[in-house]
Amino acid sequence: MTRYILHRILQGIPLLFFISIILFVLMMNMGDPIATMGGRTATRPADRERLKRQLGLDKPIVVQYFYWLAGNDWTKIDLDGDGIGETYGERKGVLRGDFGYSLVNRGKPALAVIGERIPNTLILMVAAELVIILGSLLVGVYSALHQYSFTDHFITTLSFIGYSMPIFFIALLSMYIFAVLFKRWGLPYLPTVGMFDPQVGKTAGQVILHMILPVLSISVISLAAYSRYIRSTMLEVMNQDYIRTAKAKGLPRPQIVYIHALKNASLPIVTVIGLDLPLLLGGAVVTERIFAWPGMGRLFLDHVERGDLPVVMGILMLISVAVVVFQILTDIVYAWLDPRIRFG
Amino acid sequence: MGILNIMIAESTPNLFVDDLETPPLPLTTLAWKRFKRHRMAMLGGVFLILLVLYSFGGSLFVEEKYANFTNPPIRLNTPSWQHPFGTDTVGRDVLARTIYGGQISMIIGILAVIIETSLGILIGALAGYYGGTIDSLLMRFTEAMLNIPEIFLLIVMAKFFGNKIPNLTLLGRTFSGSVVVIIVIIGLTSWMYLARIVRAEFLSIKENDFILAAKATGTSNTEIIIRHILPNSIAPIIVSATLGIANAILSEAYISFLGLGVQPPTATWGNMLDGANNYIESAPWLWFFPGLLILLTVLSINFLGDGLRDAIDPHSRAI
Amino acid sequence: MTKQPLLDVKNLVTEFIIPEGIVYAVNGISFNVNPGETLAVVGESGCGKSVSMLSVMGLIPTPPGIIVDGEAIYGNKNLFKLAEEEMEQIRGKEIAMVFQDPMTSLNPVLTIGKQITEALICHFDITKNDARDRAISLLDMVGIPEARNRLDDYPHQFSGGMRQRVMIAMALACDPHLLIADEPTTALDVTIQAQIVELVLQLKRQKDMAVIWITHDLGVVAGIADRVNVMYAGYIVEEALVDDLYEDPRHPYTCGLLGSLPRVDHRRERKLCSIPGSPPSLLVKPVGCPFRPRCQYSKEICQFETPKLRETSRGHHVACWIDIQSGEQISGS
Repeated sequence: MTRYILHRILQGIPLLFFISIILFVLMMNMGDPIATMGGRTATRPADRERLKRQLGLDKPIVVQYFYWLAGNDWTKIDLDGDGIGETYGERKGVLRGDFGYSLVNRGKPALAVIGERIPNTLILMVAAELVIILGSLLVGVYSALHQYSFTDHFITTLSFIGYSMPIFFIALLSMYIFAVLFKRWGLPYLPTVGMFDPQVGKTAGQVILHMILPVLSISVISLAAYSRYIRSTMLEVMNQDYIRTAKAKGLPRPQIVYIHALKNASLPIVTVIGLDLPLLLGGAVVTERIFAWPGMGRLFLDHVERGDLPVVMGILMLISVAVVVFQILTDIVYAWLDPRIRFG
Repeated sequence: MGILNIMIAESTPNLFVDDLETPPLPLTTLAWKRFKRHRMAMLGGVFLILLVLYSFGGSLFVEEKYANFTNPPIRLNTPSWQHPFGTDTVGRDVLARTIYGGQISMIIGILAVIIETSLGILIGALAGYYGGTIDSLLMRFTEAMLNIPEIFLLIVMAKFFGNKIPNLTLLGRTFSGSVVVIIVIIGLTSWMYLARIVRAEFLSIKENDFILAAKATGTSNTEIIIRHILPNSIAPIIVSATLGIANAILSEAYISFLGLGVQPPTATWGNMLDGANNYIESAPWLWFFPGLLILLTVLSINFLGDGLRDAIDPHSRAI
Repeated sequence: MTKQPLLDVKNLVTEFIIPEGIVYAVNGISFNVNPGETLAVVGESGCGKSVSMLSVMGLIPTPPGIIVDGEAIYGNKNLFKLAEEEMEQIRGKEIAMVFQDPMTSLNPVLTIGKQITEALICHFDITKNDARDRAISLLDMVGIPEARNRLDDYPHQFSGGMRQRVMIAMALACDPHLLIADEPTTALDVTIQAQIVELVLQLKRQKDMAVIWITHDLGVVAGIADRVNVMYAGYIVEEALVDDLYEDPRHPYTCGLLGSLPRVDHRRERKLCSIPGSPPSLLVKPVGCPFRPRCQYSKEICQFETPKLRETSRGHHVACWIDIQSGEQISGS
């Protein structure tokens, strides 16, 4: 088992290198970092040149990537353009945890800029995962056990609609219903903007209240997709020979469903859930934009607009690491659930 | 295996009959029979035809000039007889824009899928057929692309290709150059799943005896790929391409909604929604109609694709 | 002599409703099994032998399956009329079942200890530890070496033959009165088959339980059964004591089955029969004798009237219009 985990981690590392190379190449045309740094003040051509050299933008892309990865504090940088390096660089490189300084929030490490936003996105993700997993298990198992009933057909249709919903449409629609219409009808209505009401302050209750609609918007698509998937997986498992054996033993139905069937059905479900984190994170971008949620997704959009490469690249890499780590965790959970792998 | 074991396999109740009872039907007839059983798929097909008629037939009644005609004095008018879907923030008719926006959204969907499918087949086929280093390099690349959430990739690519392509004129109409950019980037960011499917198909098919026979008779690799393997893996490709259109339409909508997609005046269902969240309360018609049309189109295609999968590729499963 | 049978099934009809139509799987069969007796049910794949036993156990998947008619009297209860909870009390405890494929019939993600003890805990008021002890002695009994150490192993850690032993241990956990063995040796190697057959016979004698042994292999039947039912296309076409059946098969189908059995130890002069063609579609409600299209003796009557079981000698019944010894239609019909 330990060997298996090590093996998976070792597989993840080259993958992350691949990802970083792809992203780095794409970053090459993301706008003008010098202009972003200069802000509104018109920068003289000489200053531009100096900044360019300072940022290492005069070097070929391979060297730039290498500096990004491993830093340039071990080599002399040519700042005045005479071809001779005079001062050591200051960057430590991503491998040593240095993603560079944000160009927008000058002087602030990119990682710190991102770090402020991570918890906000994280609570959205965790809440959404919980809603998705618990909700889809409930719905999926129920409709599998009541196959072809009216409720089952109803749920199937509903999940097709949910699965086809663009997130922004879910968000806008739910805002309209639960905020606008509920307010109009004099019902208690939900807030739609930000993380808390500034007049009340950032209390847990406020954050939870403000989370409801964003979490709903992020969850609907996956909830719908997993419900269907769990339904079909459960149906398939319920038709297996070992379920018939369990019935032949005279076990009561709940024991058959929740121990014999669900434990087997959870294997493919775990895999699917593990693979879908990218989708969820993508959903967060749109959701955070609509609900003005101060998370990583919104930070990403804001800083992409302004060409803040270190922050953009930092977010993308952190997300990729999260995705890879989540997949490894999934594999471990899978192996832990499936004795054929655990003892294989 | 007793009958029961076969019949218990709920997902393929027809296997029993196919195997033992009915005289073999031509494959297409069989597929059509299975497809017809899917009421929702039939419904999806009908709806899709209506939506295509709406977008492309609608232009016979409304001119594009009218769809792009700004008239600030009547901005944000509520739906009325004159403007059934209301007017937008600069006084354009929303109904007319949904018609022309639908055309662009659907065209983007189809063209992006053509790119996606070509790339997916190319990469999957190369990896699956040749194996070895090519395979592991290509699959690493595929995996890397899959690990970056699609929206992030789309945003970065939209920035990468920028708005450097000038407006184009085609058939007497002017399109924003960004349409081309969007088509390309959607194609470039969505081929990965298909590549994996194609690779798996190739891996299993190339082990068959008829491929060995073809090799033995000196058939070239290209010919084996195109003539022998590809036709045998066409079913999952068709299904994936069908569902891919829905995803491409969604991708366009997302990226345009975020303001990085197709630029006005060219309308798409996606960019009609850009900024709509400022008007949730005051002008719900701004986002409701384009949003609903996207939902209906994607839903119809998904129903259709699901039925198609059951009809021609019954061994694979929906996720 | 009014010994009450342990299980008495009358006129069982089971059908499956699938999109293509109705599958007539079992078409009104009656059979019984006495305490301590071994009944073999023989027939080709798809003849309804498994379906009829699953019907009795209430294990037919519904939908698509339905038990259309019939009763199954066990003790003084009709199993088809019992509520699900009452049936759970009988399954596993009174009537147990062993299935064909030990590879798929054990739950891959639960230890075999768990799978054996759960039946005990479910049917008896017993502690977990006692159940474990009992499970160990059961595994011992079916010949699993080092049973104590293997209790926490998973099915994939056992070989096919060992898994079938585990299945048998599981089935016998609650000392059932009747064991239904659904082709328990079909999926196993030939050498292992003999061991499993021997094991079941030995345990049957030990526990004095009745066994219904479903098989398509007449060779196995000879060694274990007291009586034999031959099934074809959802009908019982012949029933007899095992010796009678081998000595004097009365149905052309049985004759064909015996004829296709390679034997070196038996009389050679017996007429060799063969069965041309393949079993009929179960999607069509049969008219006349179901075996008619493949039967070399068929007469006009076979086309229109389904033959009922008739007694030819004591305990020997056959459903055929023809007396195959003379080749003539039986009189008095």
